[in-house]
Amino acid sequence: MNDISPVLWQFLVKWMTNFALFPPEASKIAPQMDALYFFMVLVSLVGLTIVVLLVVGFSILYSKERHPKAIQIEGSTLLEATWTIIPLGLFLIMFVWGALLYFRIYTPPANAMNIYVVGKQWMWKAEHEGGQHEINSLHVPTGKPVQLTLISQDVFHSFSIPAFRVKREAIPGRYTTVWFEATTPGTYHLFCTQYCGTDHSQMIGDVVVMTPADFKKWLAGSTSGHSLAQDGERLFASLSCNACHNTRPDARGPNLANVYGSKLTLSTGEAITVDDAYLRQAILNPSQHITQGYAPIMPTYQGQVSEEGVIDLVQYIKQLDSDYRVQQTTTTTDLLPESEQTAAPAAAKPAGQPGKPQGKVNP
Amino acid sequence: MSSTIVSLPDQSTARIPKTNFLTKENGLLSWLLTGDHKRIAILYLISITFFFFIGGALAGLIRLELLTPQSDLMATDTYNKVFTMHGVIMIFLFLVPSVPATLGNFLIPMMLGAKDLALPKINLLSWYLYVVGGCLVIYTMVAGGVDTGWTFTTPLSTHYVNTNVMSTGMAVFIAGFSSIFTGLNFIVTIHKMRCPGMTWFRMPLFVWAHYAASILMVLGTPVLAITIVLMALERTVGIGVFDPTKGGDPLLFQHLFWFYSHPAVYIMILPGMGVISETISTFSRKRVFGYTAVAFSSVAIAIFGFFVWAHHMFIMGISNYAVLVFSLLTMLVAVPSAIKIFNWAFTLYKGSITFETPMLYSFGFMGLFTIGGMTGVFLGASGTDIHLTETYFIVAHFHFVMVGGMLMAFLAGIHFWWPKMTGRMYPEKISQMAAVITFVGFNLTFFPQFILGTLGMPRRYAAYPPEFQVLNVFSTAGATILGVGYLMPVLYLTWSLKYGAIAGNNPWQATGLEWQTQSPPLTENFTRIPIMDHEAYDYEWLEQQQAKEVASVG
Amino acid sequence: MSDSSAIAQGAVAEAGTPHGEHPPYQRHHFESMDQQADATNFAMWLFLVTEVMFFGGMFTAYLIYRNWYYPAFVSASHQLSIVWGTTNTAVLITSSFTMAMGVWCAETRRKSGLVLSLVLTLLLGLVFLGIKSIEYHEKWEKHHVPGLHYSMEAFLNPASDPAVFKEYHDKPMALDMARHTELYFFLYFAMTGMHALHMIVGMAILIYIIFRARAGAYTSGHVTFVENFGLYWHFVDIIWIFLYPLLYLISRHQ
Repeated sequence: MNDISPVLWQFLVKWMTNFALFPPEASKIAPQMDALYFFMVLVSLVGLTIVVLLVVGFSILYSKERHPKAIQIEGSTLLEATWTIIPLGLFLIMFVWGALLYFRIYTPPANAMNIYVVGKQWMWKAEHEGGQHEINSLHVPTGKPVQLTLISQDVFHSFSIPAFRVKREAIPGRYTTVWFEATTPGTYHLFCTQYCGTDHSQMIGDVVVMTPADFKKWLAGSTSGHSLAQDGERLFASLSCNACHNTRPDARGPNLANVYGSKLTLSTGEAITVDDAYLRQAILNPSQHITQGYAPIMPTYQGQVSEEGVIDLVQYIKQLDSDYRVQQTTTTTDLLPESEQTAAPAAAKPAGQPGKPQGKVNP
Repeated sequence: MSSTIVSLPDQSTARIPKTNFLTKENGLLSWLLTGDHKRIAILYLISITFFFFIGGALAGLIRLELLTPQSDLMATDTYNKVFTMHGVIMIFLFLVPSVPATLGNFLIPMMLGAKDLALPKINLLSWYLYVVGGCLVIYTMVAGGVDTGWTFTTPLSTHYVNTNVMSTGMAVFIAGFSSIFTGLNFIVTIHKMRCPGMTWFRMPLFVWAHYAASILMVLGTPVLAITIVLMALERTVGIGVFDPTKGGDPLLFQHLFWFYSHPAVYIMILPGMGVISETISTFSRKRVFGYTAVAFSSVAIAIFGFFVWAHHMFIMGISNYAVLVFSLLTMLVAVPSAIKIFNWAFTLYKGSITFETPMLYSFGFMGLFTIGGMTGVFLGASGTDIHLTETYFIVAHFHFVMVGGMLMAFLAGIHFWWPKMTGRMYPEKISQMAAVITFVGFNLTFFPQFILGTLGMPRRYAAYPPEFQVLNVFSTAGATILGVGYLMPVLYLTWSLKYGAIAGNNPWQATGLEWQTQSPPLTENFTRIPIMDHEAYDYEWLEQQQAKEVASVG
Repeated sequence: MSDSSAIAQGAVAEAGTPHGEHPPYQRHHFESMDQQADATNFAMWLFLVTEVMFFGGMFTAYLIYRNWYYPAFVSASHQLSIVWGTTNTAVLITSSFTMAMGVWCAETRRKSGLVLSLVLTLLLGLVFLGIKSIEYHEKWEKHHVPGLHYSMEAFLNPASDPAVFKEYHDKPMALDMARHTELYFFLYFAMTGMHALHMIVGMAILIYIIFRARAGAYTSGHVTFVENFGLYWHFVDIIWIFLYPLLYLISRHQ
């Protein structure tokens, strides 16, 4: 894409941006998107010019005064083939190019920094892993891939950063992701682009891109004092998750140490890789996500945990990198109602009620 | 542009034929209980014009609000209702029925050499359903409107608004059946009532276009109907079919909704393309170049059109592989439209071209539809869709194809067949002026919106960042001009009913069976069923006819 | 002005055409009874295609949710009475048979046979609706109507529903899976309800046809109305034949 003379390219983009015909390019993918966009503009211009020339040209050449007698022509297979194959070819080029771009934007790299975004009527809540919370704004550093994991608390919203050329729907009930790598410090628009009710047009904000040093400072200055994972740990304990999910050999639930990213076989026989979406489902719809070899007794926490709570739990589980960490959690709470039971409960135990939560934590 | 192909009878002696479908019976009931496809077409014409202007007024309100970055003309809730009603009215009460229910109803039997459509009572029912749907929409507006957007996205429409979703849903449901019955009627008529000698490939391309659109109407609209039923049940009873907390999936609604709503856009455009085939041919005095290609392209658009719906959902979390499939199919569906544009352009080659109003609108169509269609490709290529979707780029794209395309085609058709329907000519100079005004106004209104979209301005926004204001002002200025351009035809066409020149059978010297009868036609169209012994767009046959007539009259 | 000469070879003035030239049931825009019968028959088939698309939306939802929540669907379907369901299927198939008999009677001009067949069809339709209302009532009693005091008790604790438990011995279901039984019942009511609506409309038309049949309208050579109605009735039957296994027969032997 940067085969076009960089000077010409910069001039074009700068000129168009200054005249407010084109948004600034502030991410790594933006120039790539713009290259395809310009190609399409070019093809459209050429196509339009051809059509206009044909129409205007023929109208002049064959107007009634100049050409009083029409000559009947049935058609021309050659021409049909030409204007079928050439447009098809051009469209297919755009298809392939666009698909490549699409896959690139929606396939985050493994080392991306993760930020969770929860959309609700009518605001965006962004949560950095370190516990920094933002409303209607997003601070990101340059030079580092950032992945956004989005979800909505109510209706469809759509998180859009035109300067980065990225956009993703925030849907109730499932995570969606998008990633970018910011390149130019500055403040850019953040919009909600899926109509979501009365204040849809107020669901806007700023994306603040900072140099890594500035970003570090900002992180330090905006922390709430505890990271998402720490919030998650509190929630994990207060909901008594560790009554079943602990390191004991007779534990009723699987040990969650290092479970994130691992491959798991479910009781249905399906093999999955544990990611954010799976963890969320396992918390909210456990009966269909039981690990093989375990009894289907995990209760659902739907209605007891908010989306932010789920995010905290997911973050916490992600960071469980050893049995010791798991044990730490177990010992941080002294509210374990079933901790002394050794026998696995009979399957007939009513699974309707979750183990008594000692209090709901909704950050 | 002083030359013309218009050939009118001697105005000092010409009279409107005393017996015609308009004068056959009198009285309100003879109109309200008619089975005559031509009268039903006129009824439709009046109703859709009525709703067009309501939708247009709403558009004016939108553009007025968007003059300033703040939401200051009306409350944001009101703005949301205004754009929702604008969309609902324009799509379901104007664009979908416009050409098929007015021109299609009027002309298809005549073009096929039949005395009426196959099911006249169903045709009348279809109009009544439309009226009921329209009344429900008016009720909705009076009762406070609905603010979900015409796309009724769940869960917003099912759980998060307390406006008149039910009545709007009912209106769309009922109007949908109007559309289904129209399409059904057309398909049966085209299959079973072609006159002797009228093979499939002797039919005018107008009929082919309507056949393709009717397939879409018949197969696609019922899915919209059931989707609305499901949404209504979800909203009233709370069944959970689209509710994630109950295990439902809001994306299911999206799939079901777009399964109809994408073919819907082809339902809207195909009949317009049919009109363009007729006008381009007539005003270049030539058979449409590549008749077979154009005919098959219509059907290809219809078929492919069913398989691309998820391109409205590229950023909604569908799998990357689904995106690949739908993006590819979207590219494929764009090709037949390109084929048609080039075929029409080459129809002009070695023709004998005049520039009456229908031709001006047709040229406008070709340019604007090309732009609109190409910008569709921008959106169909999944990568660029990420940046452009849900912005004003989309708004500009669909207004280019629908207003710059379809509405221009509709106006072309109304002007072209006005003499046939009413027996009177419209005033040519002022109508040409209106066409140019419309074209200029249109471009000024909607081209800036492409730029706004690329800049990132989202759609359905009552307020926007101030840097977008200049382009919005251009757009509103254009809308004013556009409004003038649309008002003019209403005025001069009405004027022409009393004062227009008498048109005679065939003022355009067109081929086509409808032009071989009186204007306005008899109720039964033909006194004897014609025998089609020549190809479509056979201008040599027409010349022979005219020579014979001169000889026999003389 | 008259039609151009290519069309009217010797124009026939309309006033001169005697009205009795075509059979009484032929509409004016058709050239022959054959064309009329052909066209209206085709129209009915096309209409049935639209009905398929209409029901298709619900079948799609069913397909997806059954795939996702199979255990919930199995348990929920155990709540339906296979006796009533099978009876209804037999009733409806028989009514299709009587309807086909009716069409044959019309074609062979057997008026009393036609009336009898139609009346039997109507009665069988009423039996079907009667059984359906019994089933619906039962669902209402057990709080299995979605959205209206829906109760998951029978799935969380199958022993609380002895009749069903005796037959299927379902295990108690987790809450999050039990929630999805409501989806099953929604589909049950929506699909059978829509089906019943189509039956009611059909039966209303059937009543009209019976009266007309008694007056001899369909046994004097003009049978298209009855034939086309027969098509519609068979379609309603076929929809049920799909609904029955999908709703009643999900894994009876779990």
